[in-house]
Amino acid sequence: MVPLSYYLTLGAVLFGIGIVGVLIRKNIIIILLSIELMLNATNINFVAFSHYLQDVTGQVFVFFVMTVAAAEVAIGLAIIIALYRNRSTINVEDISLMKW
Amino acid sequence: MAPILFFYFGGVIVGTATLVVTLRNPIYSAISLLVTFFHVAGIFVLLNAEFIAAVQILVYAGAILVLYLFVVMLLNLKREERYHRQYLLGAFLGVVILTELALIFFRTTFRAGIGPYTTAHLQSVGNTEAVGMALFTTYLLPFEVASLILLVAMIGAIILAKRVVPR
Repeated sequence: MVPLSYYLTLGAVLFGIGIVGVLIRKNIIIILLSIELMLNATNINFVAFSHYLQDVTGQVFVFFVMTVAAAEVAIGLAIIIALYRNRSTINVEDISLMKW
Repeated sequence: MAPILFFYFGGVIVGTATLVVTLRNPIYSAISLLVTFFHVAGIFVLLNAEFIAAVQILVYAGAILVLYLFVVMLLNLKREERYHRQYLLGAFLGVVILTELALIFFRTTFRAGIGPYTTAHLQSVGNTEAVGMALFTTYLLPFEVASLILLVAMIGAIILAKRVVPR
């Protein structure tokens, strides 16, 4: 039986990799992929707690997290396509119009 | 057996997640993310969450990642992208957050085994049935709100990505 803290540590490491990915990459598609990594880290934590607390609610919440992830991907990629059509770049350093 | 599988899945997850962040070609990053999703599904199976594992493969690997690959190929990015210039700060913040989380984990004692859904109960009822019962009784209203979110996202994506036709 693997202890709960191992699963939580795995989730934390995955979340940290996602945060570093959001912070260090310029490509906005990779930034969205890193957000997916962070959502997966939370899903691992939800399911691990669901298993160890013997409550099925955690798995229901993973279902909702997946719904939000799907919506976020659809909207995010649509924004990227619209942006690329207008500015022909997906580099976040070049998309700084709203930054004063 | 379970610890070996856990360390295999965990090692592959961490390795491919690092590849997602570091690889230069977005297509390679997306393929690494595919491997990550499959191994996260393996972690879910280890935790007796078979329904969530199947949904993980169907939704993440089947739908979300295909959408990413479509967009990456649609945009046809030739030029390689390098790291942001604040990468040292980003790595430092990642280490800080990991240290905080590690402190939380190793100073907290977690209660275990208080709920009604023991492994034996889940195996007699069935994991999918148990999740479905909770989803359609206790969490019926959030379930309906989730469908509304999907509808809004669908409309929003169509409107945002629609090419404006000149009259």
